[in-house]
Amino acid sequence: MALGRDTVRHIALLARLDLTEDEVDAFGVQLGHILEHFERLSMLDTAAVPATAHVVDVTTAYRDDVISNPPAAEELRVNAPARDGDFFKVPKIIE
Amino acid sequence: MRALHQLSIEQAAGLLAAGEISAVELTRAVLDRIRTTEPLVHAFITLTEEDALAQARQADERRSRGFAGALLGIPIAIKDVILTKGVRTTAGSKILGNFVAPYDATVTRRLREAGAVCVGKLNCDEFAMGSSTENSAYAVTRNPWDLERVPGGSSGGSAAAVAAQQCLGALGTDTGGSIRQPASFCGVVGIKPTYGRVSRYGVVAYASSLDQVGPMARTVTGCALLLGAIAGHDPHDSTSVDRGVPDYAALGTASIRGLRVAIPREYFVEGMDPEVERAVRDGIDVLQSLGAQVTPVSLPHTAYAIPAYYVIATAEASSNLARYDGIKYGLRAAESEGLLAMYMRTRAAGFGTEVKRRIMLGTYALSAGYYDAYYLKAQQVRTLIRRDFADVFTAHDVIVTPTAPTPAFRVGEKTSDPLQMYLSDIFTISINLAGLPALSLPCGITSNGLPIGLQIVGRPFEEPRVLETAYAYEQASAWRQRWPDL
Repeated sequence: MALGRDTVRHIALLARLDLTEDEVDAFGVQLGHILEHFERLSMLDTAAVPATAHVVDVTTAYRDDVISNPPAAEELRVNAPARDGDFFKVPKIIE
Repeated sequence: MRALHQLSIEQAAGLLAAGEISAVELTRAVLDRIRTTEPLVHAFITLTEEDALAQARQADERRSRGFAGALLGIPIAIKDVILTKGVRTTAGSKILGNFVAPYDATVTRRLREAGAVCVGKLNCDEFAMGSSTENSAYAVTRNPWDLERVPGGSSGGSAAAVAAQQCLGALGTDTGGSIRQPASFCGVVGIKPTYGRVSRYGVVAYASSLDQVGPMARTVTGCALLLGAIAGHDPHDSTSVDRGVPDYAALGTASIRGLRVAIPREYFVEGMDPEVERAVRDGIDVLQSLGAQVTPVSLPHTAYAIPAYYVIATAEASSNLARYDGIKYGLRAAESEGLLAMYMRTRAAGFGTEVKRRIMLGTYALSAGYYDAYYLKAQQVRTLIRRDFADVFTAHDVIVTPTAPTPAFRVGEKTSDPLQMYLSDIFTISINLAGLPALSLPCGITSNGLPIGLQIVGRPFEEPRVLETAYAYEQASAWRQRWPDL
């Protein structure tokens, strides 16, 4: 079953995606179709099954607090879509 | 002698070591080959010819100073989701169209240290999301065996470039089959290592609990040499595992006599291409004739792998791709009123349809009220899938399956039906969920000239056994001598 347009718009807002009306319609149908396929998972009884988040045991890696990658501020700033001197420029946030 | 661009990595390494050719000559031959074939294949997003020649001169110079190594002076290429310092890295996306990597990924750095010559950055599905490379914002890469067909994906540029002899080896990434399925479609060898075997530092993230970098080459030995160079612990990636790296390329005396090979019945399904089934069964017969013990087994949760994968992968992707906000790097949509509108327009303009679809799906699966039903459920099913493999591996050494249910499909054939496209990963996806090493190598060619791939799966960190099995098969068959007519 297709997802309703309001649901699609709500998810798009959470995902920070400005969808066109055509995309809202298309995604509603496609996501509904895919979610139906996902329903297969509910056929399995997993009440007693632990979840797998990672296949290797990820533990917190500690190291001494020593700088290993020297600061390269300018190398990072050159990729900024908008900047003002040493600053990243963003649209006005506070009125 | 073969033309230089046709050499395998180990053949070229032998000629370089003997002083019969130079890295500059080899690199020039490869660049010439790219010039003639690239207008047909479109495997690359960015070519770095001058850098490549400079690296080749440096390789020759290092050799003259006594430095040796199988990859010294070998021309390779890198999937464009892997950072290369000073070179544009787009991830196949418009949103990173102008992004110049400020540092090298660990795998890039390790290849440079080994002296490999990088000729360019390879096309892929946007953010590695896809099975055909049709989701790239830059070009549709063509399968060198049939230019009307896809090379597979998401590492389609990597597989096509190796098959078209535009480089001797390549790096790809594999989240649900993105090395193995294109390797199968393009008739090359590709291995996805065990999760944690290779550092992901500097690799554009798609689904972090599944992503892994791996090599492609024309031969098993070529893959083994590249894997040996990139594998190993990296303090910059906390999921990389600290254990020794064996000499993967020590394959010369490999025997598979007594090897216990499991054949899962769920991987021979109705609807699969009969020529694929025939070629894979013939391949299994070859392994048996070499002394392997072949036994049918069951991996009972196979049918749940696709939904579990697409829940987990899209959920992780929706979180990973939240970073593309148009502020520190990447595209920013023109004039927007306020920050929220800027985010929403930037992401709408920068992401392609499939990436948006997966972000939407993942956001939905993680949203209030649905987390337990989708994400947690999928992670529990992931445990069941892992247990299936662990059970089989208590009594067997490797699992052998087809890599994909069909040979390469036509350009445009599956783009209108996302679910059909997802189902083409049916034989590769479980292996990522279980974090296992798996390799695809050529095991046949269909009556209309398309390659077929055989998948060999091993226990965690048993890449050597997977490679030995593949090598034994490769030596007993002649598929590696077949080339696309290009």
